[in-house]
Amino acid sequence: MTPGAIVRLAILILLLAFLLAPQSFAPVFAPLTRFGAPPIYNQGSLLDITLSHLWITFLATLASTIVAVGLSILVTRPFGKEFLSLSRSLANVGQTFPPVAVLALAVPVLGFGTEPTLIALFLYGLLPIFENALTGLTNVPRDVDEAARGMGMTGWQRLVGVELPLALPVILSGIRVAAVISLATATIGSTVAARTLGEVIIAGLTTSNTAFVLQGGLIVGILAVLLSDALSALERLLARRAGLTRRAEA
Amino acid sequence: MIEIDGLTKTYEATTVVDHVSLTIEKGEICVIVGTSGSGKTTLMRMINRLVEPTAGTVRIDGRDTRDRPAHQLRRQIGYAIQGHGLFPHRTVGQNIGTVPRLLGWEKPRIAARVDELLSLFQLDPALYRDRLPSELSGGQQQRVGVARALAAEPDILLMDEPFGALDPIIRSKAQDDLLAIQKRFGTTIVLVTHDMEEAITLGSKIAVMDKGKLLQYATPAEIIARPATDFVNQLIGTGDRPFRLLSLETVLDHVEPGEAAGDAIDASLSLRDAYAECLWSGRDAIPVEEAGQRIGRVTLSRLTALAARPQ
Repeated sequence: MTPGAIVRLAILILLLAFLLAPQSFAPVFAPLTRFGAPPIYNQGSLLDITLSHLWITFLATLASTIVAVGLSILVTRPFGKEFLSLSRSLANVGQTFPPVAVLALAVPVLGFGTEPTLIALFLYGLLPIFENALTGLTNVPRDVDEAARGMGMTGWQRLVGVELPLALPVILSGIRVAAVISLATATIGSTVAARTLGEVIIAGLTTSNTAFVLQGGLIVGILAVLLSDALSALERLLARRAGLTRRAEA
Repeated sequence: MIEIDGLTKTYEATTVVDHVSLTIEKGEICVIVGTSGSGKTTLMRMINRLVEPTAGTVRIDGRDTRDRPAHQLRRQIGYAIQGHGLFPHRTVGQNIGTVPRLLGWEKPRIAARVDELLSLFQLDPALYRDRLPSELSGGQQQRVGVARALAAEPDILLMDEPFGALDPIIRSKAQDDLLAIQKRFGTTIVLVTHDMEEAITLGSKIAVMDKGKLLQYATPAEIIARPATDFVNQLIGTGDRPFRLLSLETVLDHVEPGEAAGDAIDASLSLRDAYAECLWSGRDAIPVEEAGQRIGRVTLSRLTALAARPQ
């Protein structure tokens, strides 16, 4: 086990301990409160809020992945080439639209709750995944693609058997970026009553309770780092499986 | 038999292949040679319809190649390219089994065929079957590429500069292997190269292409003796002509009875090798042996006569 892995494991254990038994950490956060305010968030279970936060992030990233990868497959087929620039602009719009604005626009239509947050995060995740999937699908080595065609693979067989497996590590890297952005951005969903860790931060801000702000921020930050690391490790594993790393070295 | 008839490929204003007609007999090795941009690769790729012809037809054993979907046609024709194009994420065994799997062969049959081909190409199946292509040397990757092209026992094998990326020693070994395999299976081979030396070594017929046109289609001896145009002559290289001519035949074809001094040479070597040995060792005649037995000699004067332009 590398030192890095030991540190990450220790952080994960600490996080789980805090989520399962927050009160036992009260002495740590007490110096940050004033006038006898509660040092640990007390308006709901931190564990439930964290799980809800992760669930929203997961749903939004999953939806982004399905749509972005689907689009990238369509526009890299011979019949979809002309939609390439159109879909690129669409994904770019998704990225430039501030999530807060999406929330503001979605609330009148969908009402308060989880849905506007999901839509904002979904739009935000589209671009990184789409761009990476495009890169992966269009960068299949020319001789490999040529051989696949020459051996009589149909378009579908080339996609499933050659292009997607070779593009997978790059696609996953896009998903990682989208998931981390989504995890951080989900906090603003609390402004429209989605159940995310933003709730803890907002509660801290409105009551001038630094301990709450720090708790919400720390949980989100640690989750983001751990998630990014885990997905990076998966990427490396997949790249090795695809025989890509050695190829790059050689 | 491959009959190419008036085959033409035009990209907008440029004609890449211009009314090429030629017939490749069954079991022949036809080498298409030309400089880059001569249309040689495009001509070959029209045989398995990786490029669709603008005009003209290709018939294989009398059957028009357009009478079935392109991917089905390609599964019947072996295809090997420069840089091998192995699937980096699949093992050597899976790579070789690609076309049999597409054709729906039973698993045990594919496995048996993979092992057979690996042994044929001097790669121990137990050792190499489950490796990834990146774990092989360049020469081994190239052999796996050719093995993959041969996996479904095709009657025709198309090869696009298959040995281009290999160093000279591995290259000449790969050429020998190809000739041995061709002899064994009687596969019709169409091979594209820019190297006239390779064309002469491998080809039973050579097609010389330039600017989309077929300049000459003949046996190597004919091409060397009677090049159709100056361009063909240039490709052969006038300084090399006598030696290229000698390289076409083996010592066995011209061994004569008699004795000679010094070390013997093997009867399977080319006349060119024998000539070089005569010059290098300063002998007028060298003994010839076959399977370790002396069977006669070959003389410098005879070799010199054979190197002259045929009348």
